Amino acid sequence: MIQGCLAIYYRELMIMKRRLPKMIATMSVSPLLYLIAFGYAMGHNVKVDGHTYLEFLLPGLVAMSSMTQAFSIASEINIARFYWHIFEEFQSAPISNISYVCGEILAGMTRAFMSIIIILILGYFFGVSLSCNILFWLAIILNSFIFASLAVGMAMLVKSHADQAMFSSFVITPMAFLGGTLFPVDRLPLWAQKILFLLPLTHASKAIRTASFGNTPDYSSYIILFLTGVLFIIISFMCVNRARD
Amino acid sequence: MIILENLNKHYKSVHALKDVNLHVNSGEIFACLGPNGAGKTTLIRIVTGLTRLSSGKAFLNGFNVEKSPLAAKKECGLVPQAINLDQELTVFENLDIHCRLYKMPAKKRRIKIDDLLDYMDILDRKKTLIKHLSGGMKRRVMIARALTHSPQILFLDEPTVGLDANIRRRIWAIIKRIQEDGTTIFLTTHYIEEAEFLAQRVAFLNEGEIVALDTPENFMAKMGVWAIDRLEESNMETTYFKTRQEAKSFIVEQEKSFTLRRVHLEDVFLALTGKKVK
Repeated sequence: MIQGCLAIYYRELMIMKRRLPKMIATMSVSPLLYLIAFGYAMGHNVKVDGHTYLEFLLPGLVAMSSMTQAFSIASEINIARFYWHIFEEFQSAPISNISYVCGEILAGMTRAFMSIIIILILGYFFGVSLSCNILFWLAIILNSFIFASLAVGMAMLVKSHADQAMFSSFVITPMAFLGGTLFPVDRLPLWAQKILFLLPLTHASKAIRTASFGNTPDYSSYIILFLTGVLFIIISFMCVNRARD
Repeated sequence: MIILENLNKHYKSVHALKDVNLHVNSGEIFACLGPNGAGKTTLIRIVTGLTRLSSGKAFLNGFNVEKSPLAAKKECGLVPQAINLDQELTVFENLDIHCRLYKMPAKKRRIKIDDLLDYMDILDRKKTLIKHLSGGMKRRVMIARALTHSPQILFLDEPTVGLDANIRRRIWAIIKRIQEDGTTIFLTTHYIEEAEFLAQRVAFLNEGEIVALDTPENFMAKMGVWAIDRLEESNMETTYFKTRQEAKSFIVEQEKSFTLRRVHLEDVFLALTGKKVK
């Protein structure tokens, strides 16, 4: 199983290597705009929970990016599946479906980590340094694992690249804005907080932000993220099995 | 060896394969001929594990493709109809990934890839990106890729579709050479001359059913050796003859224009189904 998983992961790494300059540029644009527009310009004199808005925003961007970049592997899988038919090469190879799922999830998580390194570097230039401790990275690992797993499952369910874009517009983008990334969720009405509590990104943002400020996050967030990840990897495995027909 | 027993495939209301029974011997080139939509690709997809069968059994060298899929997959190589190479990677990288999927050790991978690229006469393109290769070269890379893990059975789904005549003949020579090295080859095609030139046995597939199976020589011998085509009230009528002499005698009686030619597999398919293969 491990060799099959590594073969899939290796392929994704080779593609990333070939596209590295473009990927770095693309991964830098959004966080840079957020930092300039929301953090530097609009949030200049704003304080949130005793921190400058830039300090508040940066961990939120880390959470948001670990989600969007991990999920972006879905587009790559779709392109490989619908346009290049490379998925057939994996299906006809003697590797198990779980190897395929794990290889693609690892690739999604790698993308997420690349984007986070870029954000941390950008943050440094904006004068914000976060406490990158074990709990900070653990929350990122779990969050990227969840959304990479979701991406693999979604990529198998959709019938076209347009369906994938629609899912991103209706699920990923709203979550990116409402999952406690750009503003504190506790400023919303209680009913809205309860809804947002169901989103894994809300827990990831909370844990990443708390850990990055040097405090100990609530362990329940980690348990929720872990269980969500397990659920999504099972779903994605079932979706890959189903994709044979 | 490939064995198919009462193989059926349903896609919702479509019965794509109907009780297909087939026995392909080790070391032979077996061609499956039929028009578009006959079920040729579905057949290949099932035996290579890309699609689930609805009922029946399929075995590759004794391994049941449903019960022992990983063992069955190790026995075969697949060259699908669509080019499915990573366009952004080099020839070597594409083959290297394939070798990794088949768990080949690093040293063996490099040697095997070089050998195969040399065999396909594209060793000088080893570091070229796939997107910079011609269609014929991409086909050769795909065949090389399918052979890297030394499969006993090679499935070729329309291996020369979209290629010009010269390149097609070059691919045929490669396919013959692969068979001479002991590999069983199962190919689907709708190029009649491809099946005639390559295959030891041919099965005609029509609307998911095998309508006939024999050697090309036997098929054509049953029809006759010579054919005369002539236009009769806007329909093309064809008459078959055992000898050229018989055909010539028939020509003497003709008042309208006609064409005298040798019989080919298209005639057999037309006689069996009333349809053209293409």
